[in-house]
Amino acid sequence: MIRVRSMLMTMAAPILAVALAVLITTVVLLAAGDPVGRVWGTIFSEPRPRNIVNIINSGSVLYLSALAAAVGFRMGLFNIGVDGQYRIAAFAAAYVAGQAWVPGILNIALAILTAMLVGAMWAGIAGLLKVTRGISEVISTIMLNAIATALVAWMLRSVAVPGSNNITTTPIPESSRVPGMALIPGAHNEIYGFVFLAVAAGLFYWVLLSRTRFGFNLRATGASESAAVASGIDTKKMILAAMLISGAVAGLVGMPLLFGDSYSYGVTFQPGLGFAGIAVALLGRNHPVGIAFGALLFAFLNEQANALQLQAGVSAEIVKVMQGITVLSVVIAYEVVRRANRAAEQRRVAAELARARAEATEVTG
Amino acid sequence: MRRSAKIMIAGMAASLVLAGCGTDDPDGPDTDPGTDPGTSEVKVGLAYDVGGRGDQSFNDAAAAGLDRAIADFGVDSTESSAIDGEPESAREERLIQLADAGFNPVIGVGFAYAGAVAKVAPQFPDTQFGLIDSTDAMGDNIANLVFPEHEGSFLVGAAAALKSETGKIGFIGGVNVPLIAKFEAGYAAGALAVNPDIEIESTYLTQPPDFSGFGDPAKGRTAAEGQFDAGADVVYHAAGGSGLGVFQAADTAGGLAIGVDSDQYHTVPSELQDVILTSMLKQVDVAVYDYIKSFIDGSPLSGEVVFGLEAGGVDYSTSGGLVDDIADQLDEFKRQIIAGEITVPDSM
Repeated sequence: MIRVRSMLMTMAAPILAVALAVLITTVVLLAAGDPVGRVWGTIFSEPRPRNIVNIINSGSVLYLSALAAAVGFRMGLFNIGVDGQYRIAAFAAAYVAGQAWVPGILNIALAILTAMLVGAMWAGIAGLLKVTRGISEVISTIMLNAIATALVAWMLRSVAVPGSNNITTTPIPESSRVPGMALIPGAHNEIYGFVFLAVAAGLFYWVLLSRTRFGFNLRATGASESAAVASGIDTKKMILAAMLISGAVAGLVGMPLLFGDSYSYGVTFQPGLGFAGIAVALLGRNHPVGIAFGALLFAFLNEQANALQLQAGVSAEIVKVMQGITVLSVVIAYEVVRRANRAAEQRRVAAELARARAEATEVTG
Repeated sequence: MRRSAKIMIAGMAASLVLAGCGTDDPDGPDTDPGTDPGTSEVKVGLAYDVGGRGDQSFNDAAAAGLDRAIADFGVDSTESSAIDGEPESAREERLIQLADAGFNPVIGVGFAYAGAVAKVAPQFPDTQFGLIDSTDAMGDNIANLVFPEHEGSFLVGAAAALKSETGKIGFIGGVNVPLIAKFEAGYAAGALAVNPDIEIESTYLTQPPDFSGFGDPAKGRTAAEGQFDAGADVVYHAAGGSGLGVFQAADTAGGLAIGVDSDQYHTVPSELQDVILTSMLKQVDVAVYDYIKSFIDGSPLSGEVVFGLEAGGVDYSTSGGLVDDIADQLDEFKRQIIAGEITVPDSM
């Protein structure tokens, strides 16, 4: 009964949040004197085949980014540094793959391993600082983002192919690219082969957190650190491990883009995915399926918004407003529900206690 | 007959613009194509980089070119701009939508569109694509509209060195990318040509992929204050909208500043006009205008089209009169560069 109710709540909250976001965005549009009907008509029109491909592709990238953030969230760690981690990892992987030290598919494997290691190391710095010096990971990961930006820009300039305004690493050889899949009929473009990487990461996340002792310890530490310590969990080890895993997953974020689209890391490599991932993780309540829906929703909104300027004369940035409101609404809705549940629980416990005391009084009296 | 006369007038208007300045065009993009000064079947699609129309910089220059084409030829137009953090596919999508909707020519403003143009142009062989600042995407239906920014920067570098009393000058780049390094290289070469002992302080506001350095006056101001404090008395900025902060810092420090892209003497608040020694003109508006004009004339530009010193694609500005006394020397440098007697380096 409670399980069914909570499942309904899980479904209802995001839907209500999107509805609320549409409502508030409508008010914003009205206030700005924009054509409301045409804006929603454009956003909620049926995507064309090539747009569906783009939605799935961007969704898979957002999904990986959100998973990386969610690993930390489940344990109460705010890894704000996914952004820096994925960029430095993508650069390292692009460099390694571009050098083509090993042939074909081995090169892909080596690059992915590099990305995961570099991402984990970069996040690990924040983890180490937290367990050894008690430095908040929020602060350190934000600072590490800035350092990653400067470091990658410098390294990119050092290794870049000269002669263009868009400096890039050496392109990955043809034999090490991941071919796309023409799954959507009528679309020129193809779905990234590495959509499977996102699916695999989602499965790994689900198994790790829900089906292993490590995952239990991680969630327990997230729920109550003192209780976790009391039950013999080495929380310092957990913090470090969670940061390393979060960073390793963050390292995967750029891989679909790298092997399926750009084939090199350059100054136009998509930035800001880490922050979008945090929003998606919040929207998906850190659940692997919820995150998938959140990622697809964000990708859908971003893609459909592309036509806004042409169709309605409104900046595509209006969907950022909508995305922000959606995330806030979801967070607030869950917090309201959580508090309501806790209050109900407390009342029930109080009632039980009162009855027990009354019974005890009767017995002694 | 009527049409060719119109184009002649348009050509005159363009040359007036070349000689003068003024990126401030009161005409918005909503000019009714059915009224004077002319009507055209041509529909121009303009895809801006992040910031779009109103960025007081690079995108605005392109917009000014479009506005003039609208005023002169009565072309129809639509504009669409990139948003921060969008994927490569969004840039492709923007070009596809414009081409799909029958816009022709379609112009990508900025080198970030190179990859998208390379992918989309072959899909629309009957559509002409203009690409500003990049030769990375080549094709029969692609015009690469580029500028020798280093040569224009050489001239303002020479002006800075001629005007500096401390023997120390500054350079502020918006974002540390090769395009901006080209400005720095030319500036340094020009300054050293005048005074081999000159000291040049160089600061970049942000590193890619953080492109906020092109639109953050506070960052520009802080960096320029640092250079003036360190003894520089002339600072050149290639930092788009951040340049306003550079001018404010120059005003406070009693120094001079050099503007970029448009003649900034005419775009800054009047109380800051006194600090503007000159501006390095990069006529993106002329490139956009000429490209649209070539399309209307029936022979659209394609391949690499350089808007160089000789044609006035890059130049130094004289508004305010602060360089009047050294104009002869600057023009001599200009002649030497055009004649090939001076080769300006394009990277540091």
